[in-house]
Amino acid sequence: MRDSTPAVSLFGGFVASFRRDLLIAARHKAELTNPLVFFLIAVTLIPLGVSPEKTVLALLAPGIVWVMALLATLLSLDGLFRSDYDDGSLEQMLISPQSLYFTVMAKVLVHWLVSGLPVTLQAPLLALMLSLPVDGYLPLLASLALGTASMSLIGAVGAALTVSLRKGGLLLSLIVMPLYIPVLIFGASAVQTAVQGGAIGMQLAVLGAFLALAIVLAPIAALGALRISTNG
Amino acid sequence: MTESVTEAAIPLLELRNLGCERDERLLFSGLNVQLFPSDVVQIGGPNGAGKTTLLRALAGISTDYLGQIRYAGQALPEAAWEFSGDSLYLGHLPGIKKALTPAENLEWYKAQSGAAISIKDALAAVGLYGYEDTPCYQLSAGQLRRVALARLHLSRARIWILDEPFTAIDKLGVSQLEALIAQQSAKGGVVILTSHQDLSLPQLRMVNLQDYQPARDKTKNGLGGLSDGDSYHA
Repeated sequence: MRDSTPAVSLFGGFVASFRRDLLIAARHKAELTNPLVFFLIAVTLIPLGVSPEKTVLALLAPGIVWVMALLATLLSLDGLFRSDYDDGSLEQMLISPQSLYFTVMAKVLVHWLVSGLPVTLQAPLLALMLSLPVDGYLPLLASLALGTASMSLIGAVGAALTVSLRKGGLLLSLIVMPLYIPVLIFGASAVQTAVQGGAIGMQLAVLGAFLALAIVLAPIAALGALRISTNG
Repeated sequence: MTESVTEAAIPLLELRNLGCERDERLLFSGLNVQLFPSDVVQIGGPNGAGKTTLLRALAGISTDYLGQIRYAGQALPEAAWEFSGDSLYLGHLPGIKKALTPAENLEWYKAQSGAAISIKDALAAVGLYGYEDTPCYQLSAGQLRRVALARLHLSRARIWILDEPFTAIDKLGVSQLEALIAQQSAKGGVVILTSHQDLSLPQLRMVNLQDYQPARDKTKNGLGGLSDGDSYHA
């Protein structure tokens, strides 16, 4: 009898999914810039709408940059599994002998690389526009890097739950938003504390703990949700 | 000797008393089919009879069914991993990314199946030689279908589950696909397919889902008269 075990490695499947998604992202350049342009526009409007006063802006800067980064991530979530669902790749993912956990992980990693990471790298530039004090830049980068990764992972659960709905956008926001709030609180607080000269070890540790927890649990929740979404 | 006898006695795939629902409506029930190596089964039935639902249940996408599906003697949800390595499902949706080229698309599938044949050869076998690096959105519907069909060459699975594989394919392609199905059957594989086309395969078995439909028309006519035959005429 022939061996029915597929001659493929766990890591091979992860790499294949990762490469494929990265290629697709690279082919859709317009979608890539969406969160960045939103982030830029939203932050640019704040001085015009609130006050161009430096002291006022500096006070608001940590919160504003964090909130806008959160919304930019939220904006890009809807498409995470949508195209896979529409063209049938999702079905193939579900029944492939590869572990779905790693396939979802690869997709989320790519999502973060094309949305969360650029947003994080863009943030100092926008913080400069809001005259954030110099002490806040590194904490902003660190907290956003940890926070956007958690948000991509948590968002994957919401995107998986709503993928079979034609108009799931609003529902997705409602599902995901409450879970984003702790990330936002600790993220913004890290920058705020750093600006005021305090130690931010605690906030970054909590963000790191969120991320660790999300890495372990979110893909499991997302793959369960994907199975429910495709079952109908 | 004895080993091959026992192996032949256990069907590679067995449907036991299978029934599927959709939107709380029973599509079919009591379906019993045994598939031994080299079997080719065509699932028939009118539109809405549950052909796709059945194939999705067989492929393991939907677990929402009554009865049992057994793979090599094991009930399916438990043996899902072994089954997924040994089965290939081609659905209505091709599972092909339009932004990528055929070669890039198949790269992903090849990583899952671990096939020995190269992607170039697989594409050549479905008549797409020279289209390896053309983005899929530039291909016609039939060519897109052929990219999906190239997976059949890349796979080592014994069980093929094909939902309307002949859609959008030209006459030559249909005869090539038939030959491929015959070849899979000759290798000891199992092919389950739906199609409204009449196939010219000698080993083909037909299963018509209409024969397993619940008596829906009677229940619609009135609830009172059904329980005993006499009052039905009144």
